[in-house]
Amino acid sequence: MNNEWPLWEIFIRGQHGMSHRHVGSLHAPDAEMAIKNARDVYTRRNEGVSIWVVEANNITASSPSDKGPLYEPSESKVYRHPTFFDIPDEVGAM
Amino acid sequence: MDRDEAFLQFLLRMGDNTLILGHCVSEWCGHAPVLEEDIALANTALDMIGQTQMWLGLAGEIDGGKSADDIAFLRDAWDFRNVLLVEVPNGDFGRTLMRQFLFDAWHLIMLGRLMKSSDERVAAIAAKASKEVTYHLERSGDTVVGLGDGTDESHDRMQQALDYLWPYVGEMFSSDDVDAEMVAAGIAPNPADLRDEYDALVGRVLTAATLTIPESRFAHKGGRDGRMHTEHLGHLLTQMQWLQRAYPGATW
Amino acid sequence: MYAQMVKSAGTGVKSREEMSEQERVFQDKIDADIKIEPKDWMPDDYRATLIRQIGQHAHSEIVGQLPEGNWITRAPTLERKAILLAKVQDEAGHGLYLYCAAETLGVSRDEITEMLLDGRMKYSSIFNYPTLNWADIGAVGWLVDGAAIMNQVPLQRTSFGPYSRAMIRICKEESFHQRQGYDAIRKMAEGTPEQKKMAQDALNRLWYPSLMMFGPSDKESVHSAQSMAWKIKINTNDELRQKFVDQTVPQAEYLGLSIPDPDLKWNEERGHYDYTDPDWSEFFDVIKGNGPCNVDRLATRNKAWDDGAWVRDGLLAHARKKRARNLAAE
Repeated sequence: MNNEWPLWEIFIRGQHGMSHRHVGSLHAPDAEMAIKNARDVYTRRNEGVSIWVVEANNITASSPSDKGPLYEPSESKVYRHPTFFDIPDEVGAM
Repeated sequence: MDRDEAFLQFLLRMGDNTLILGHCVSEWCGHAPVLEEDIALANTALDMIGQTQMWLGLAGEIDGGKSADDIAFLRDAWDFRNVLLVEVPNGDFGRTLMRQFLFDAWHLIMLGRLMKSSDERVAAIAAKASKEVTYHLERSGDTVVGLGDGTDESHDRMQQALDYLWPYVGEMFSSDDVDAEMVAAGIAPNPADLRDEYDALVGRVLTAATLTIPESRFAHKGGRDGRMHTEHLGHLLTQMQWLQRAYPGATW
Repeated sequence: MYAQMVKSAGTGVKSREEMSEQERVFQDKIDADIKIEPKDWMPDDYRATLIRQIGQHAHSEIVGQLPEGNWITRAPTLERKAILLAKVQDEAGHGLYLYCAAETLGVSRDEITEMLLDGRMKYSSIFNYPTLNWADIGAVGWLVDGAAIMNQVPLQRTSFGPYSRAMIRICKEESFHQRQGYDAIRKMAEGTPEQKKMAQDALNRLWYPSLMMFGPSDKESVHSAQSMAWKIKINTNDELRQKFVDQTVPQAEYLGLSIPDPDLKWNEERGHYDYTDPDWSEFFDVIKGNGPCNVDRLATRNKAWDDGAWVRDGLLAHARKKRARNLAAE
């Protein structure tokens, strides 16, 4: 049996109110130890307030060839972006 | 014994524990079983070095304005006041983690009491250290459970570590004149009063680790009053104090 | 550098005509500074070269813990001890980040570790030199980390995404390493005559090994050309070595220490210092395994790995039991 500890992807929320961000990976025997290891490895300089760990095996990634179909359609929906609309200066901040 | 002298002895006991244990744990840097553990052990050692600076810094202040470094590097073995548990050599990773766990459990309970100390400086140091030690205990406890309840080999090694270290546990709960003076001043608790809480905590973790606590309550002693250290402390000091001793007066 | 003499796989840089359609698209992305990510198509030679380079870099961080770790228990003050321990711990972290980057290319941490331990993969020659007095700790931070930073800063822009991200994190953390080293050796250069002697002794021993870190001159190397076309190597060895000398000479002067090179002098015309090349036969000896510490360094790493096997197995066995118990309880 392969006795290598599984690989975990680590996500850390840096400041209250921000989203968790992927910061890197590490090895750990289980999820609890992965959280502890993440604390020791990735928050040595006060970087985090909340940690998520996900076993790398459990991540499903889009494949690079999907890049076109997945993301290009949104390029044409420019109306989703606030700069699409002209608001008269007199109206003030919006 | 007057109160100032007792207070100094108490501070040396706290600071020497973290000084010596931090030193031993730092020896693992670069040699641990896996990178993640290497990094975690270094964090623990770093916390303990920081705690040492606070305890011995305060000790130096009331001892005629010495620095924490003067106290750490310029005393001989008989002046050290750490419990013997922290000066036994690292042994294998299992013994290091068992020693850490047995110390962390006492340390956290002790710091919890010291946070209510009548001396504000002591209470402040304890409050800071307590946050760090809460994590140390979580980590060392989990590792003791993981290795105790792991493979046959890891179980056996952890049981051996526990058997070897258990006789060093009792000293953390012995009381003397210094403690009586500290209790009277409301500065620190009577160590003997911490034993029940300790036994409950340690019992819970060691049971989860499928390990058996030795029946004998025999306790080695002599560290916290400096009457008799182990042979190991002298060797440790020859390394730790080498530069300060070989080049007196130099600044680094 | 930390990755010295990494041989690029393949036969050298291909012309556009020699490239397949896939290779052309790949090279266009690199030329346009678009990062290559693990799931993207990449030439086998690019993958193999990167594994070698990142692996060598990671191994250097891990073996590099040893010469500095040699002084943790002898650090002269509590603060110096904490700083050194934090620094050596950072090296472990950097090794970890880099191993993770290598894993995205399909080689597991255990596999790549085994390749270090049985000698199939190398680490930087510099870590095969001993640290003999406390000033060496200062000199390692000042010179060795200084040289490393010179190489790592441009590597933040390297073409492979995970490698680039690891380097960004490493550079951010590395910034205190060189400064603490300079600060430590400065204290000694300004200290007692004995301390000054230690500082000069450290510089004497570590100067040429530091210059060797950049690797031999690579003007003629096809491997370098390919790695530069792939943007996994950004500058030539000679460029970086010159930059290092130019930066370091005034720093040594400030300390009142002399660089052990009688022919070192400012060349007005070139706008650079002229310096003596290291003894490359010594370098190749060290690379072949005959440096002062090669055997001991590798033996130490092997011992840590072998002694740790029961711990890794034990904790994993516990995790599996716990999971089985949780499943049974559901």
